[in-house]
Amino acid sequence: MTVEHVNGKNKGSIMLYALSTCGWCAKTKELLRQMGVAFDFVYVDLMEGQDQDDIMQIVEKWNPSGSFPILVINNSKCIIGFREQEIRETLGP
Amino acid sequence: MHHRVPRAGDPGDPGAMNFAGINERDADRVHEMMRSEAEAGGYRFNPDREFTGNLIKGLLRNEQRYGYRSCPCRLATGKKEEDLDIVCPCDYRDADVAEYGACYCALYVSDAIARGTEKQAAPVPERRPPRSKRLAGAVVNTVSTGPLSGQTLSFPVWRCKVCGYLCARENPPDICPICKAKKDRFERFI
Repeated sequence: MTVEHVNGKNKGSIMLYALSTCGWCAKTKELLRQMGVAFDFVYVDLMEGQDQDDIMQIVEKWNPSGSFPILVINNSKCIIGFREQEIRETLGP
Repeated sequence: MHHRVPRAGDPGDPGAMNFAGINERDADRVHEMMRSEAEAGGYRFNPDREFTGNLIKGLLRNEQRYGYRSCPCRLATGKKEEDLDIVCPCDYRDADVAEYGACYCALYVSDAIARGTEKQAAPVPERRPPRSKRLAGAVVNTVSTGPLSGQTLSFPVWRCKVCGYLCARENPPDICPICKAKKDRFERFI
Protein backbone atom coordinates (compact mmCIF):
# COMPACT_ATOMS: atom_id res chain seq x y z
CA MET A 1 0.00 0.00 0.00
CA THR A 2 1.47 3.34 -1.12
CA VAL A 3 0.60 5.87 1.53
CA GLU A 4 2.25 9.25 1.12
CA HIS A 5 2.75 11.75 3.90
CA VAL A 6 2.50 15.53 3.75
CA ASN A 7 4.20 17.40 6.59
CA GLY A 8 2.46 20.08 8.63
CA LYS A 9 0.82 20.88 11.95
CA ASN A 10 -0.18 17.81 13.89
CA LYS A 11 -3.98 17.69 14.13
CA GLY A 12 -4.17 14.00 14.87
CA SER A 13 -4.23 11.15 12.42
CA ILE A 14 -5.66 12.38 9.11
CA MET A 15 -6.05 10.01 6.20
CA LEU A 16 -7.29 11.05 2.77
CA TYR A 17 -8.52 8.36 0.39
CA ALA A 18 -8.51 9.81 -3.12
CA LEU A 19 -8.35 9.15 -6.85
CA SER A 20 -5.41 10.51 -8.83
CA THR A 21 -7.68 11.79 -11.64
CA CYS A 22 -10.42 13.40 -9.54
CA GLY A 23 -10.76 17.19 -9.43
CA TRP A 24 -12.56 17.20 -6.08
CA CYS A 25 -9.89 14.97 -4.53
CA ALA A 26 -7.25 17.43 -5.80
CA LYS A 27 -9.16 20.35 -4.28
CA THR A 28 -9.41 18.54 -0.95
CA LYS A 29 -5.70 17.81 -0.90
CA GLU A 30 -4.87 21.38 -1.89
CA LEU A 31 -7.08 22.68 0.92
CA LEU A 32 -5.26 20.53 3.50
CA ARG A 33 -1.91 21.76 2.19
CA GLN A 34 -3.09 25.37 2.32
CA MET A 35 -4.25 24.85 5.89
CA GLY A 36 -0.83 23.44 6.68
CA VAL A 37 -2.00 20.31 8.48
CA ALA A 38 -0.06 17.06 8.40
CA PHE A 39 -1.88 14.25 6.61
CA ASP A 40 -1.46 10.96 4.82
CA PHE A 41 -3.06 10.20 1.50
CA VAL A 42 -3.46 7.26 -0.80
CA TYR A 43 -4.53 7.12 -4.44
CA VAL A 44 -6.82 4.12 -4.53
CA ASP A 45 -6.94 4.00 -8.35
CA LEU A 46 -3.17 3.52 -8.49
CA MET A 47 -3.34 0.38 -6.38
CA GLU A 48 -3.98 -2.99 -7.92
CA GLY A 49 -5.60 -6.33 -7.19
CA GLN A 50 -5.83 -7.42 -3.59
CA ASP A 51 -4.29 -4.18 -2.28
CA GLN A 52 -7.08 -2.19 -3.91
CA ASP A 53 -9.76 -4.62 -2.70
CA ASP A 54 -8.44 -4.38 0.85
CA ILE A 55 -8.46 -0.61 0.84
CA MET A 56 -11.95 -0.49 -0.71
CA GLN A 57 -13.18 -2.55 2.26
CA ILE A 58 -11.95 0.27 4.50
CA VAL A 59 -13.36 2.98 2.22
CA GLU A 60 -16.80 1.33 2.09
CA LYS A 61 -16.80 0.88 5.86
CA TRP A 62 -16.63 4.67 6.21
CA ASN A 63 -18.67 5.46 3.12
CA PRO A 64 -20.92 2.67 1.82
CA SER A 65 -21.40 4.42 -1.54
CA GLY A 66 -17.65 4.04 -2.12
CA SER A 67 -17.29 7.59 -3.44
CA PHE A 68 -14.20 9.81 -3.21
CA PRO A 69 -12.62 11.77 -1.64
CA ILE A 70 -13.05 10.64 1.95
CA LEU A 71 -11.15 12.15 4.82
CA VAL A 72 -10.88 10.05 7.97
CA ILE A 73 -9.90 11.94 11.10
CA ASN A 74 -8.50 10.11 14.14
CA ASN A 75 -10.14 6.94 12.90
CA SER A 76 -13.43 8.26 14.28
CA LYS A 77 -14.84 10.96 11.99
CA CYS A 78 -15.26 10.86 8.23
CA ILE A 79 -15.91 13.74 5.81
CA ILE A 80 -17.19 12.62 2.42
CA GLY A 81 -16.52 14.87 -0.57
CA PHE A 82 -14.87 18.29 -0.85
CA ARG A 83 -16.76 19.98 1.99
CA GLU A 84 -14.53 22.97 2.47
CA GLN A 85 -16.37 24.53 5.38
CA GLU A 86 -16.66 21.29 7.33
CA ILE A 87 -12.98 20.49 6.75
CA ARG A 88 -11.94 23.99 7.87
CA GLU A 89 -14.15 23.80 10.97
CA THR A 90 -12.92 20.34 11.91
CA LEU A 91 -9.20 20.95 11.36
CA GLY A 92 -9.14 24.73 11.74
CA PRO A 93 -6.49 26.74 13.61
CA MET B 1 1.49 32.92 -0.85
CA HIS B 2 0.16 32.03 -4.27
CA HIS B 3 -2.02 28.95 -4.41
CA ARG B 4 -2.89 27.04 -7.51
CA VAL B 5 -4.07 23.61 -8.57
CA PRO B 6 -0.99 21.36 -8.76
CA ARG B 7 0.10 20.38 -12.24
CA ALA B 8 1.47 17.10 -13.53
CA GLY B 9 5.18 16.80 -13.00
CA ASP B 10 5.52 19.51 -10.35
CA PRO B 11 8.88 18.80 -8.77
CA GLY B 12 8.68 17.85 -5.15
CA ASP B 13 4.92 18.07 -5.06
CA PRO B 14 3.50 14.78 -3.80
CA GLY B 15 0.01 16.19 -4.20
CA ALA B 16 0.22 16.97 -7.91
CA MET B 17 -2.31 15.26 -10.13
CA ASN B 18 -0.38 12.84 -12.27
CA PHE B 19 -1.15 13.04 -15.96
CA ALA B 20 2.13 11.67 -17.23
CA GLY B 21 1.77 10.50 -20.82
CA ILE B 22 -1.13 12.82 -21.58
CA ASN B 23 -0.25 15.29 -24.31
CA GLU B 24 -1.49 18.85 -23.65
CA ARG B 25 -2.44 19.38 -27.28
CA ASP B 26 -4.45 16.12 -27.44
CA ALA B 27 -6.19 17.09 -24.22
CA ASP B 28 -7.07 20.54 -25.62
CA ARG B 29 -8.40 18.99 -28.82
CA VAL B 30 -10.60 16.48 -26.95
CA HIS B 31 -11.70 19.26 -24.60
CA GLU B 32 -12.88 21.43 -27.49
CA MET B 33 -14.57 18.54 -29.29
CA MET B 34 -16.45 17.37 -26.19
CA ARG B 35 -17.48 20.91 -25.33
CA SER B 36 -18.86 21.68 -28.79
CA GLU B 37 -20.67 18.32 -28.97
CA ALA B 38 -22.18 18.98 -25.55
CA GLU B 39 -23.35 22.46 -26.50
CA ALA B 40 -24.83 21.16 -29.78
CA GLY B 41 -26.96 18.76 -27.73
CA GLY B 42 -28.09 21.43 -25.28
CA TYR B 43 -25.63 20.47 -22.51
CA ARG B 44 -23.26 22.93 -20.84
CA PHE B 45 -19.64 22.54 -19.76
CA ASN B 46 -18.43 23.92 -16.44
CA PRO B 47 -17.06 27.43 -17.19
CA ASP B 48 -13.96 26.81 -15.01
CA ARG B 49 -11.61 25.85 -17.83
CA GLU B 50 -8.67 24.83 -15.66
CA PHE B 51 -10.94 22.50 -13.69
CA THR B 52 -12.51 20.95 -16.81
CA GLY B 53 -9.05 20.70 -18.42
CA ASN B 54 -7.94 18.45 -15.55
CA LEU B 55 -11.11 16.35 -15.83
CA ILE B 56 -10.46 15.85 -19.56
CA LYS B 57 -6.92 14.72 -18.76
CA GLY B 58 -8.41 12.34 -16.21
CA LEU B 59 -10.72 10.94 -18.89
CA LEU B 60 -7.77 10.45 -21.25
CA ARG B 61 -5.74 8.84 -18.47
CA ASN B 62 -8.59 6.42 -17.86
CA GLU B 63 -8.85 5.68 -21.59
CA GLN B 64 -5.12 4.95 -21.54
CA ARG B 65 -5.20 2.60 -18.55
CA TYR B 66 -8.69 1.03 -18.82
CA GLY B 67 -9.52 1.39 -22.52
CA TYR B 68 -12.55 3.60 -21.95
CA ARG B 69 -13.22 7.13 -20.71
CA SER B 70 -14.71 6.40 -17.32
CA CYS B 71 -15.54 9.17 -14.86
CA PRO B 72 -12.32 10.63 -13.40
CA CYS B 73 -14.03 10.98 -10.00
CA ARG B 74 -15.07 7.33 -9.70
CA LEU B 75 -13.05 4.17 -9.25
CA ALA B 76 -13.21 2.03 -12.39
CA THR B 77 -12.79 -1.73 -12.36
CA GLY B 78 -11.07 -2.07 -15.73
CA LYS B 79 -13.98 -4.26 -16.88
CA LYS B 80 -15.98 -2.20 -19.35
CA GLU B 81 -19.22 -4.11 -18.91
CA GLU B 82 -19.20 -3.28 -15.19
CA ASP B 83 -18.38 0.38 -15.80
CA LEU B 84 -20.59 1.26 -18.78
CA ASP B 85 -22.80 3.40 -16.55
CA ILE B 86 -19.83 5.62 -15.60
CA VAL B 87 -18.37 6.04 -19.08
CA CYS B 88 -18.54 9.81 -19.66
CA PRO B 89 -21.18 11.16 -20.08
CA CYS B 90 -22.44 8.87 -17.33
CA ASP B 91 -25.97 7.51 -16.84
CA TYR B 92 -26.39 9.84 -13.85
CA ARG B 93 -25.42 13.16 -15.44
CA ASP B 94 -28.83 14.43 -16.48
CA ALA B 95 -30.49 13.70 -13.14
CA ASP B 96 -27.60 15.29 -11.20
CA VAL B 97 -27.49 18.40 -13.39
CA ALA B 98 -31.26 18.76 -12.96
CA GLU B 99 -31.16 18.28 -9.18
CA TYR B 100 -27.79 19.77 -8.15
CA GLY B 101 -26.78 21.97 -11.09
CA ALA B 102 -23.76 19.80 -11.88
CA CYS B 103 -22.90 16.22 -12.69
CA TYR B 104 -20.92 14.18 -10.16
CA CYS B 105 -17.46 15.29 -11.34
CA ALA B 106 -18.83 18.75 -12.32
CA LEU B 107 -17.69 18.58 -15.97
CA TYR B 108 -21.29 19.29 -17.00
CA VAL B 109 -23.38 21.98 -15.30
CA SER B 110 -26.80 23.54 -15.60
CA ASP B 111 -27.36 26.48 -17.93
CA ALA B 112 -27.75 28.80 -14.92
CA ILE B 113 -24.37 27.80 -13.53
CA ALA B 114 -22.73 27.96 -16.98
CA ARG B 115 -24.01 31.52 -17.39
CA GLY B 116 -22.93 32.40 -13.88
CA THR B 117 -26.39 33.48 -12.74
CA GLU B 118 -26.38 30.78 -10.08
CA LYS B 119 -23.56 29.73 -7.82
CA GLN B 120 -22.39 26.16 -7.80
CA ALA B 121 -23.81 24.20 -4.89
CA ALA B 122 -22.16 21.71 -2.52
CA PRO B 123 -20.57 18.49 -3.80
CA VAL B 124 -22.99 16.20 -5.62
CA PRO B 125 -23.78 13.04 -3.64
CA GLU B 126 -23.11 9.74 -5.40
CA ARG B 127 -26.21 8.59 -7.28
CA ARG B 128 -24.60 5.42 -8.61
CA PRO B 129 -25.69 2.39 -6.56
CA PRO B 130 -22.93 1.05 -4.28
CA ARG B 131 -20.76 -1.79 -5.55
CA SER B 132 -22.63 -4.49 -3.60
CA LYS B 133 -25.97 -3.45 -5.14
CA ARG B 134 -24.50 -3.11 -8.64
CA LEU B 135 -23.11 -6.63 -8.48
CA ALA B 136 -26.57 -7.81 -7.43
CA GLY B 137 -28.03 -6.12 -10.53
CA ALA B 138 -29.89 -3.24 -8.88
CA VAL B 139 -32.50 -1.45 -10.96
CA VAL B 140 -31.81 2.27 -10.64
CA ASN B 141 -35.21 3.64 -11.53
CA THR B 142 -38.73 2.35 -12.04
CA VAL B 143 -42.00 4.15 -12.71
CA SER B 144 -45.50 2.78 -13.18
CA THR B 145 -46.60 2.95 -16.81
CA GLY B 146 -50.26 2.02 -16.73
CA PRO B 147 -51.70 -0.65 -19.00
CA LEU B 148 -49.07 -1.32 -21.64
CA SER B 149 -49.13 -5.10 -21.61
CA GLY B 150 -50.91 -6.96 -24.37
CA GLN B 151 -50.13 -4.29 -26.94
CA THR B 152 -48.18 -5.12 -30.06
CA LEU B 153 -45.74 -2.72 -31.64
CA SER B 154 -44.38 -2.59 -35.16
CA PHE B 155 -40.90 -1.99 -33.76
CA PRO B 156 -39.12 -2.37 -30.43
CA VAL B 157 -38.40 0.88 -28.59
CA TRP B 158 -34.81 1.60 -27.51
CA ARG B 159 -33.79 4.04 -24.80
CA CYS B 160 -30.48 5.87 -24.45
CA LYS B 161 -29.49 5.43 -20.79
CA VAL B 162 -27.45 8.63 -20.90
CA CYS B 163 -30.03 11.15 -22.13
CA GLY B 164 -33.33 9.27 -22.37
CA TYR B 165 -33.66 9.54 -26.17
CA LEU B 166 -36.19 6.99 -27.47
CA CYS B 167 -36.38 5.48 -30.94
CA ALA B 168 -38.53 2.77 -32.46
CA ARG B 169 -36.47 0.69 -34.90
CA GLU B 170 -35.04 -2.81 -35.26
CA ASN B 171 -31.83 -1.93 -33.43
CA PRO B 172 -30.50 1.07 -31.52
CA PRO B 173 -28.39 3.56 -33.52
CA ASP B 174 -24.57 3.30 -33.43
CA ILE B 175 -24.39 6.78 -31.90
CA CYS B 176 -27.14 8.57 -29.99
CA PRO B 177 -28.16 11.54 -32.17
CA ILE B 178 -28.80 13.66 -29.07
CA CYS B 179 -25.91 13.02 -26.66
CA LYS B 180 -23.50 11.00 -28.87
CA ALA B 181 -23.41 8.03 -26.49
CA LYS B 182 -22.48 4.77 -28.22
CA LYS B 183 -24.80 1.89 -29.08
CA ASP B 184 -23.86 -0.11 -25.97
CA ARG B 185 -25.53 2.57 -23.80
CA PHE B 186 -28.99 1.75 -25.18
CA GLU B 187 -31.49 -0.54 -23.46
CA ARG B 188 -34.63 -2.18 -24.79
CA PHE B 189 -37.37 0.04 -23.37
CA ILE B 190 -40.61 -1.42 -24.75
